[in-house]
Amino acid sequence: MFKNISRAVLLSSSLLIAAGSTANAYTVYISNEKDNTISVIDGHSLEVTKTMEVGERPRGITLSKDYSKLFICASDSDTVQVMDLATGKILHDLPSGDDPEQFSLHPDNRRLFIANEDDNIVTVVDTESRTVIAQVDVGVEPEGMAISPDGKIAVNTSETTNMVHWIDTETYQLIDNTLVDQRPRHVEFNKEGTVLWASAEIGGTVSIFDTATRIEKKKISFNIKGIHKDRIQPVGVKLTSDGKYAFVALGPANHIAVVDANTFEVKDYLLVGRRVWHMAFSPDEKRMFTTNGVSGDVSVVDIPSMKVIKSIKVGRYPWGAVVKP
Amino acid sequence: MSSNLYVTALFGILWREILRFVKQRERFIASLVRPLVWLLVFAAGFRAALGVSIIPPYETYITYEVYITPGLIGMIQLFNGMQNSLSMVYDREMGSMRILLVTPLPRWYLLLCRLLSATVVSILQVYTFLLVAWFFDIQMPVMGYVWLLPALIVSGLMLGAVGLLISSAIKQLENFAGIMNFVIFPMFFLSSALYPLWKMQESSELLFRICSVNPFTHAVELIRHALYGKFDGLSLAVTAGSLVFFLVLAVYGYNPARGFVKRMGS
Repeated sequence: MFKNISRAVLLSSSLLIAAGSTANAYTVYISNEKDNTISVIDGHSLEVTKTMEVGERPRGITLSKDYSKLFICASDSDTVQVMDLATGKILHDLPSGDDPEQFSLHPDNRRLFIANEDDNIVTVVDTESRTVIAQVDVGVEPEGMAISPDGKIAVNTSETTNMVHWIDTETYQLIDNTLVDQRPRHVEFNKEGTVLWASAEIGGTVSIFDTATRIEKKKISFNIKGIHKDRIQPVGVKLTSDGKYAFVALGPANHIAVVDANTFEVKDYLLVGRRVWHMAFSPDEKRMFTTNGVSGDVSVVDIPSMKVIKSIKVGRYPWGAVVKP
Repeated sequence: MSSNLYVTALFGILWREILRFVKQRERFIASLVRPLVWLLVFAAGFRAALGVSIIPPYETYITYEVYITPGLIGMIQLFNGMQNSLSMVYDREMGSMRILLVTPLPRWYLLLCRLLSATVVSILQVYTFLLVAWFFDIQMPVMGYVWLLPALIVSGLMLGAVGLLISSAIKQLENFAGIMNFVIFPMFFLSSALYPLWKMQESSELLFRICSVNPFTHAVELIRHALYGKFDGLSLAVTAGSLVFFLVLAVYGYNPARGFVKRMGS
């Protein structure tokens, strides 16, 4: 009798522990631009558990839709590497074109749209046959890359031309080009695909476009007490899937702007490490991880309380971040 | 002599100090305004909006205001210790100390009661300060406010003991201004209250060493760690050790047969 009870208690408590750990069980991958490595952070302990060697100057990183593979823009190796996350081994390289910086995986989980910074083109690669499907001419120094949730439009920003280029993903033709402020770095669609957010690093603004009309509906600028305007350089943008918040990484201002995604009003600024560029959410969107290049760490934001709870040392010049559930 | 008498004396002295603190509105306001001016004016001028580097107990970047808050808590207790010392000298000059001393209780016990009551008053001041700071967006983890209490007791007693020692050595009220210059300012500025010690080390190794042995530094670090639910063993050891050291000296100083009081002929 007693044995049975204790067994039941043991079983239920271990089940509880298992349930608790799965809620937090996720892994954060960070690309370290100067170290040529990927740092792996455990989402539960918030500690670096592993550092993996990859190609030269890893910047943009993204996951396959089934989370089994990690695509890495190894900019100075002029290739996109494919890593098997189960083993941590590089499976193969993709013909990305020169100097890939950012990319976006099409919802078909097959086509990768890559911005080639030095060549002024966007290269479309089939990740299965490992061949180049198309190359689209865009403006000078292409960087930001995003694909609408319905997969119909790919969007690229060119840093020197100061434009957002709208590309048809079927015909690989440019549909439209829209001007934004100086040095657009990053683009992000909302979950429904109705609006597009584009950050302008030197302009210090974020433009919000209506996707259907491609007309700018709002432009946000930032102002942090005690920090000179020149240091406020928006780069990364992340939108919560509930449509409530947008987070904008403000580069050397060392802050993340919290923006109301409906009213476009800046609600708060969160202090993080030095020169913050990109961000990634935990699967439940309760935590956010920011890459702070100059200070070489990742700050962890608790979204319900909107507080920065920790900064974790990673490699030199962390750049991109993704989270695997 | 029953233990009742000890309790009565303790509460009597404690009540008198609390009454004195509450009734003297100016003193209450001054004790609050001083750290708030530092926090809202001084810290704003030196505002490191880009963040102060991470050092324990902090786990991420903080603004300068957040950094100096534990230092200002220490400042409240330091000033309170000195205030207590000032009022002891005043009591002695006015004669009300004689009334206290005619009680059949040992003198060390009376001093201890006086020290305890000063510490209680300083803790009231600290929590009022933190409440105001909360509204200026200087917020610590909630549990930090609980962990802070034991740290405040140790640091408050230590700084109060410094005050007692000073009052035992001072002959007249007029000498007090000098003491403020020679005790409070060096103690406050040569500590980790306003700047992290590694920053001090960058400019001067000697100043860094002085700061590292200053008991006030350790009181501030004890408070700083407690605010984040962390325990700093070294700071506790130094603060508690200093408390015993200053208290023993103060009791000696107040001993009419041997101490400084005898030499003063009072």
